[in-house]
Amino acid sequence: MKTGILRFPGSCDEVDAQLAAALVGDTVLLWHGDRDLQDVDAVIVPGGFSYGDYLRAGAIARFSPVMESVIEFAGDGGLVLGICNGFQVLCEAGLLPGALLPNANRRFTFRQVELEVVEGDTKFTSACPPGELLSIPAKHGSGRFYADEATLNQLEEDGQVVVRYRPEQNFNGSLRDIAGVRNAAGNVFGLMPHPEHAVDALTGSTDGLRIFESIRSAVEGAHV
Amino acid sequence: MRARVLVRPKQGILDPQGVAVERALPALGFKGVSDVRIGRLVELEIENPAELEAISSQLLANPLIEDFEIELLDDAAAA
Repeated sequence: MKTGILRFPGSCDEVDAQLAAALVGDTVLLWHGDRDLQDVDAVIVPGGFSYGDYLRAGAIARFSPVMESVIEFAGDGGLVLGICNGFQVLCEAGLLPGALLPNANRRFTFRQVELEVVEGDTKFTSACPPGELLSIPAKHGSGRFYADEATLNQLEEDGQVVVRYRPEQNFNGSLRDIAGVRNAAGNVFGLMPHPEHAVDALTGSTDGLRIFESIRSAVEGAHV
Repeated sequence: MRARVLVRPKQGILDPQGVAVERALPALGFKGVSDVRIGRLVELEIENPAELEAISSQLLANPLIEDFEIELLDDAAAA
């Protein structure tokens, strides 16, 4: 399996994402100005501050050449994972529902959160033990998930809410404690916390590795 | 043609910037200010003002969370 990690001007977590993805397969960094996805099996849109977060987080990055290819790749069923700024980019691009607003606590916040895996049978969470919480760091200033009531109800009914904050840890004010959602087809997933920062015991938790192992299973399952 | 696009958070959506400003005002001695909402003003020069609606909904504002208003300024008034 080969994972492509996008790199925009202002990305800062693409190398950690690459290190994490390298634990489950081959990797390649994809520059924002290139359209060639180099035959990858999965794409990660990483964290950071693409294009300086000008206008709105993710608003400019969605129009970059590489994103045109990613939108096409996703339309063909390719696996796309958006982390933090990557989640914001995927929402702005219309690949995921909703939007990420400035944190309700008015602060850039960095803390370890425990995520409840609401949907354990997705292509991104199949390796997560049922009922177990994932301990993963979150660090962002604009992570308040927002969608209108009708959309929120539909997301919950259709099993598109994949991970939630524990209510007492929902520091950013996300509606219904939503930390990550998937698209209707199930091949695009975005979340604010950073699984790629939780893959080595040295940094306290390896729970994030489950997300990358799940992607590998999905890709290798599809190749069988 | 000179134009302005005013982008503001939709009604009912919490605006943390507005809250921060509202809370700072009493410290300066200004009482009785409430419901502060902060948006963005985009000023631009445009050849084809008919494109402003698409420009605003596709990039300047995110219609899921923001409303926008377009204001055309005639050249004489802008000069």
